[in-house]
Amino acid sequence: MDRTLRLTYKKCEKIYMDSFIQQLINGITLGGIYALIALGYTMVYGVIQLINFAHGEFFAAGGYVGVICLSFFTGLGYMETHPVFCLTASFILAMGYCAYLAVGVEKIAYKPLRKEARLAVLLSALGVSIFLSNGLMLTQGVYDKAYPSELFQGGFHFGNVTIGYLQILIVSLTAILLVALNLLVFKTKIGMAMRATAQDKTMSALVAIGSNRIISLTFAIGAGLAAAAGIMVGLYYGSVRYDMGFVPGIKAFSAAVLGGIGNITGAMLGGLIIGMVEIFGAGYISGEYKDVFAFIILIAVLYFKPTGIMGENIDDTRV
Amino acid sequence: MSAEPILELKNVHSGYGSIKALKNVSLKIYPGEVVAIIGANGAGKSTTLMTICGIVPIEKGDVLYNGMSVKNIAPEKLPPLGLCQVPEGRRIFPRLTIEENLILGAFYRNDKAEIQRDIEHVYSLFPVLGERVRQQGGTLSGGEQQMLAIGRALMTKPKVLLLDEPSLGLAPIIIRQIFDIIADINKNQGTTILLVEQNANLALQAATRGYVLETGEITLEDKADSLLHNPEIRKAYLGE
Repeated sequence: MDRTLRLTYKKCEKIYMDSFIQQLINGITLGGIYALIALGYTMVYGVIQLINFAHGEFFAAGGYVGVICLSFFTGLGYMETHPVFCLTASFILAMGYCAYLAVGVEKIAYKPLRKEARLAVLLSALGVSIFLSNGLMLTQGVYDKAYPSELFQGGFHFGNVTIGYLQILIVSLTAILLVALNLLVFKTKIGMAMRATAQDKTMSALVAIGSNRIISLTFAIGAGLAAAAGIMVGLYYGSVRYDMGFVPGIKAFSAAVLGGIGNITGAMLGGLIIGMVEIFGAGYISGEYKDVFAFIILIAVLYFKPTGIMGENIDDTRV
Repeated sequence: MSAEPILELKNVHSGYGSIKALKNVSLKIYPGEVVAIIGANGAGKSTTLMTICGIVPIEKGDVLYNGMSVKNIAPEKLPPLGLCQVPEGRRIFPRLTIEENLILGAFYRNDKAEIQRDIEHVYSLFPVLGERVRQQGGTLSGGEQQMLAIGRALMTKPKVLLLDEPSLGLAPIIIRQIFDIIADINKNQGTTILLVEQNANLALQAATRGYVLETGEITLEDKADSLLHNPEIRKAYLGE
């Protein structure tokens, strides 16, 4: 009798462990996606101290460009023969489109207000968000648009743990983008100029760094990363919707605040944490409250440590 | 000294919004000179430099550099022309390393080998910087920051260097060192220098000519020596 009990207990422990690992994998996948979106918030904030509330719309627009491209390729039958090319092309087109969109938005809606009070730009960002979201609804319709994702079914199985091919694709692509961004920001001259502009715009101008150029570049990079995340979410969940930018946008914003707004490493870390907390919260507490966990963290961070995990002291920036 | 000024302010009025900081300021700086602007706190010395660099907008008058009006040129377009400023408070990029600060001084340049040579040159002028190239700018002492700020400005290959209060908050021995380097830059590289200082004694000893700025207006212009011996100046600015 004792033996059977012990065996049952062991079996339960195994299932429990498997489920934990499965959640961890799912959490990393989702967290990476949040990290990609969070970077746009944090980089733009770093350079012009604006919470770009329209940022989630770039994510949605990326998802739509992705579905349009992939459907087009599938229709031609290329998806079967050249999957790598089709995916690469879709990502490049989506990221490029959103980068241009973001640069345009900045020039039209934010730049003219740069000398005004911060609230003016913030309201303008909200307006842009509503505008872009409705534009997507009017041109693409109110219903979900399905991703042609039959190709990425399946995955590796280890006992009860499954790592989907799609998850591997998403995580590796996220890793590549994050590494590339880090190299750009911390190893190149233009990256140095971005950091310098974030620290002191007047002084940057005095060493020939034009802030307009840097601001455009920042918007382009942030929106490009969000667009990549948009395709990933489309592939992962199988469909996109015109209003899909809102909730992930706010969650990624929470991630940026958690990491310390303005800090790039912080945004990556914050994204991962928010993704994990959401998955584990949904798994172990309740799936119904899935969307609540990110906001509990946001409120807690703002209450207890508003500078976030890696945020700098305000004094520090004024040296 | 050539007949044409390299930098000229013609009846410049400028300011921040409703505050008029400069009133009818005219200056002429000739190639190879060291010119000092002295004046009390709030007289408009820093504003003069920021106006030249296009940071503070000009309301009336004009700024000529090499005979060309730079009034409508964006501030970031000036360093490539050879006009560079070391602003008040040094304004080192605090979270960039010493080396990164210097590299950004050469932001507009693409001559990699020469940039590297110029960085080595800055380290030879200020060995203390060369010993700690990976240290963040914000963690340096005031003197080291001033050295880095001058080094960063040299990386832009200036023809005219504007220096705002290089002695501010520094120990006398460091001030001596900084002013020796300034004299060296002027002599050996032929860089024209416009120096703004509250420390009139120091500035007039380093300069060939001087201007006195009072509440936004130039009240006196003379050879530095004559200003040093001018009883009014001695009373007002040299504490006698």
